Amino acid sequence: MSAPLLQVEHLSKSYGGVQAVRDVSFTLRAGEILALIGPNGAGKSTCFNMLNGQVRRDSGRVLIGGRDTAGLSPRRVWALGVGRTFQITATFASMSVRENVQVGCLSHQGALGRLAGYAGARAREEAEALLALVGMEDAAERPCGELAYGDLKRLELAVALSNAPGLLLMDEPTAGMAPADRVDLMRLVAAIARERRIGILFTEHDMDVVFEHADRVMVLDRGRLIAEGAPEAVRRDPLVQRTYLGEGLLYEKGAA
Amino acid sequence: MKLAVSDLRAWYGPAQILFDVALDVGPGEVVALLGRNGAGKSTTFKAIVGLVERRGRVAFEGRDLGAAETHAIARAGLGYVPEERRIFTELTVAENLEVGRQAPRPGAPTWEPETLYRLFPNLSEMRNRPGGRMSGGEQQMLTIARTLMGNPSLVLLDEPSEGLAPKIVEEMATAILAMKREGLSLLISEQNLHFAKLISDRAVILERGRVRFAGTMAELEADETVRDSFLAM
Amino acid sequence: MDFLVVQFLTGLAGASSLFLVASGLSIIFGVTRIVNFAHGAFYMLGAYAAYSLTERWEGALGFWGGIVAAAIGVAAVGALVEVTLLRRIYRAPELFQLLATFGVTLVVQDLSIILWGPEDLVGRRAPGFRSSISILGQQVPSYDLFLIALGPLVLGLIWLLFHRTRFGVLVRAATQDRDMVAALGVNQRWLFTGVFALGVFLAALGGALQLPRDAVSHTMDLRIIVEVFVVVVIGGLGSVAGAYVAALIVAELNAFGILVLPQVSLVLVFAVMAIVLVVRPYGLFGRPEGPPRTGTAGLIRPWRPFSGGERIAVAVGLVAAAALPLVGGSYLLSVGAEIAIFCLFAASLQLLMSAGGIASFGHAAYFGLGSYGAALAAKTLGWPLPAALAAGAALGTAGAALFGWFCVRLSGVYFAMLTLAFAQIAWSIAFQWTSVTGGDNGILGIWPPPWAGSPAAFYWIALALAAGGIAALRVIAFSPFGYALRAVRDSALKAEAVGISRRAVQWTAFVVAGGFAALAGALFAYLKGSVFPDNLAIPLSVDGLVMVLLGGVETVTGAVVGAVLFRALTIVLMSYTDYSKLVLGLLVVVLVVAFPKGVVGSLQGLRPPWRRAAAPPVAVPAR
Repeated sequence: MSAPLLQVEHLSKSYGGVQAVRDVSFTLRAGEILALIGPNGAGKSTCFNMLNGQVRRDSGRVLIGGRDTAGLSPRRVWALGVGRTFQITATFASMSVRENVQVGCLSHQGALGRLAGYAGARAREEAEALLALVGMEDAAERPCGELAYGDLKRLELAVALSNAPGLLLMDEPTAGMAPADRVDLMRLVAAIARERRIGILFTEHDMDVVFEHADRVMVLDRGRLIAEGAPEAVRRDPLVQRTYLGEGLLYEKGAA
Repeated sequence: MKLAVSDLRAWYGPAQILFDVALDVGPGEVVALLGRNGAGKSTTFKAIVGLVERRGRVAFEGRDLGAAETHAIARAGLGYVPEERRIFTELTVAENLEVGRQAPRPGAPTWEPETLYRLFPNLSEMRNRPGGRMSGGEQQMLTIARTLMGNPSLVLLDEPSEGLAPKIVEEMATAILAMKREGLSLLISEQNLHFAKLISDRAVILERGRVRFAGTMAELEADETVRDSFLAM
Repeated sequence: MDFLVVQFLTGLAGASSLFLVASGLSIIFGVTRIVNFAHGAFYMLGAYAAYSLTERWEGALGFWGGIVAAAIGVAAVGALVEVTLLRRIYRAPELFQLLATFGVTLVVQDLSIILWGPEDLVGRRAPGFRSSISILGQQVPSYDLFLIALGPLVLGLIWLLFHRTRFGVLVRAATQDRDMVAALGVNQRWLFTGVFALGVFLAALGGALQLPRDAVSHTMDLRIIVEVFVVVVIGGLGSVAGAYVAALIVAELNAFGILVLPQVSLVLVFAVMAIVLVVRPYGLFGRPEGPPRTGTAGLIRPWRPFSGGERIAVAVGLVAAAALPLVGGSYLLSVGAEIAIFCLFAASLQLLMSAGGIASFGHAAYFGLGSYGAALAAKTLGWPLPAALAAGAALGTAGAALFGWFCVRLSGVYFAMLTLAFAQIAWSIAFQWTSVTGGDNGILGIWPPPWAGSPAAFYWIALALAAGGIAALRVIAFSPFGYALRAVRDSALKAEAVGISRRAVQWTAFVVAGGFAALAGALFAYLKGSVFPDNLAIPLSVDGLVMVLLGGVETVTGAVVGAVLFRALTIVLMSYTDYSKLVLGLLVVVLVVAFPKGVVGSLQGLRPPWRRAAAPPVAVPAR
């Protein structure tokens, strides 16, 4: 059997004496959708930032396609075929929607060092194909700054797909969206993942999204993985109910 | 009315975030401001205290503060606890409280560090600890205590339960109810309807910068359509 | 050995003044987030005011009273500047604030010449500290020992003020989060004024205390500001303790550097700074800055290349410019060539500021290196005009590659300060290395060969090279590389996440911009027939910034329009007044106050649609 797409072993990180992530291990296979949930401050973002090289880990290993990513910067991790979207959308605000995707495509082609030739005319078809994939082909010419929040999230997805990634890291992909849009976006993500055999790791607070789309769910609390498994099993786990889903006082029973 | 807001509009740069928001808070009342991420709850608070560009009427104890500056609004007795906590991480707990200190004010409960340490027992054990070396829950307690040092008669509390473990949230609810007993009025923004139910008398729901519902908690409880379309808890 | 001890003590004494000024700068920056360029001007004013007061008041009381009164008086002037000028622009981009305080510096320079004359002034010795004390058989001035004791004393007093008084606690709180302090009922306005006055007091005291050691001159402001920038960059902006440690390091490097390598003592200090920054990008005691105030919430229109109609308009403009020799005499042609050269200079800076979002405060360094490169190639090596121009451009490019390598490791105000510091280094090399550069006398007699010698011929050469250079810069702005540069500016985080290296991209832009600036400088050497250290001095760097801001920092090549306007204006001004710095400084201040949201942001509605293509209001880059 070949190496799993993503293999995390004993990952730890502390900030000024506070352990943000302790001894986290898990694997993710191609085409699998894995959710990482837990209370705010549980270490989800730190975990994410270590996976894509933004934060240096204290100890442990992260293997992407069998390759250890120790010491790699985010752009090197991207070159390994990892796409990333951010909790608070990050886009290139001075560019049009298509130009945002073009930057990703040109970077993937290694063409961003060229000092001549109008970039707006390059990698146009690739960019338009990706926009069509996320249903934004009609917005290609619009300035990125005038997009609604849900559209920005879809644009981010298109940019994240521009290097044909095998692994997609999505930090709260539906935060701040209306319920109907959330479901649409996640269905889109799930369809793309299955079709292209992309492994997806995402964090999320919306339990509807988590339980509908994840193949597996991991629960992080105070930096430690406290549960991992199929959505139904995690939902019923008494420890998870106590620390995150709650005992009914603060969260809807059953519906959670 | 303690606080009567009407026609409140606010902007971030050229983007308008609030559209004619109206709400009020009676003396000694706790009002919950509900709505999703991005509905405009935090912006409403920032607009009331003048931290974003805004127009409209903000009548506080009969005085219009709609054009007043932030520090003047705080000096009038309107306290604000921001969502991101924003404690001064370099300062000790005691120094954080010192920044918030203002003279006692008639018609509002008066707080001293010692009374606050009794209300938030965790804090009294760490008076000389820098704010940056406290847990999220302790920071949340400190930011509330710091605002109370200004002896406000009304406090705007932005998402006090956000990111806290349920156990701490329950302690928070206890503290809020204690503040209410002292005679304080509170306007609390919240995403967690269950927490809101524990502490509030009335609710106002915002969506996309507009008020979509205002009524008692019981009315909100009865109105399933409102809950489903604007809260989606 | 004994001599080394004395040299060490001399260094310590120098550290005290440096610390006073640097701590003031650091305190002001911590709370107001303004890098107060005028800090050197206040230091100089402190020295001048102390000179006047101690000359008038007699005795020991008169002397020490005069020193303290001078510092208090200058602090009051500082408070006035804060209330009338800075208060209006706290919400403006950082670049505008630096520019405004630079305007104040220019005004003070000319005012000090008007008030105290151009000559250096030698003040009284300090009563009670006129003697020397013998230490290890060497004579050490007792005043030096007084200064050595003063540094830690002031450090201790500042610590007490910040940790044991309510004012200090509020200042520390405001350093971290100004809005939150306001929301707790503190009137920030007076807090800011108080902090600014305190910082200026320290600067002026530092200047006044130099009186017994050194002559007072009207160049001491720029001399100290560069050293102070180095100190706060090494120590970390906003850290008073860091300022003390860094002041010690810098002063000792100065003291011993003169012994070891007298010619390059300044370079030694900068080498140490470079090492510190590479290891700790926010200085020894500094912390990462918060995100800069850029506010990109507004709707931003993507840049577009010229349409067919616009190309025709540009071509018509060029043809009209090329026809100038048909109507103008030699003076007008020389003015025209100068304007063309500055258009290229401004356009090169604009690539950095607009597409790159990074504001170099020392862009003149590369212009000047171009001038010197061309002049040396022509004079010493006897190269012909084209080869000399190429040599100039090559020298500037090499300089930009070297300095830029360090600069792009930083961001925000650190970047701006480091570019300025490097420009000042280049300036002092040109000034001090007389055997090669001729020092203050410059290099004279650089004339074009006969085929290019007529005013019309040289004008055409300048116009062609400038137009070609600007066109190339425009092509680069729209190239894949230009997109990468803008991507880094828009969101460094996102750019890194799609495989773009911020440093590599910004460094390349820095080198390209430096190269074109150097070409402009090389042309300038031939236009004037001479090269002086002024060609790389700070005022020229600021001219570049003003031209870009005037033309529109959010445009692709609007700086060309800004350069035409600004250069024409200054040429007119120079012929009417002896106090060009005063006028220029006031102009900068008025410009900044009148358009706090950015010049072009305020004028946008008045401009034709083809000029409205926009990028975000950018001052200094995000990390």
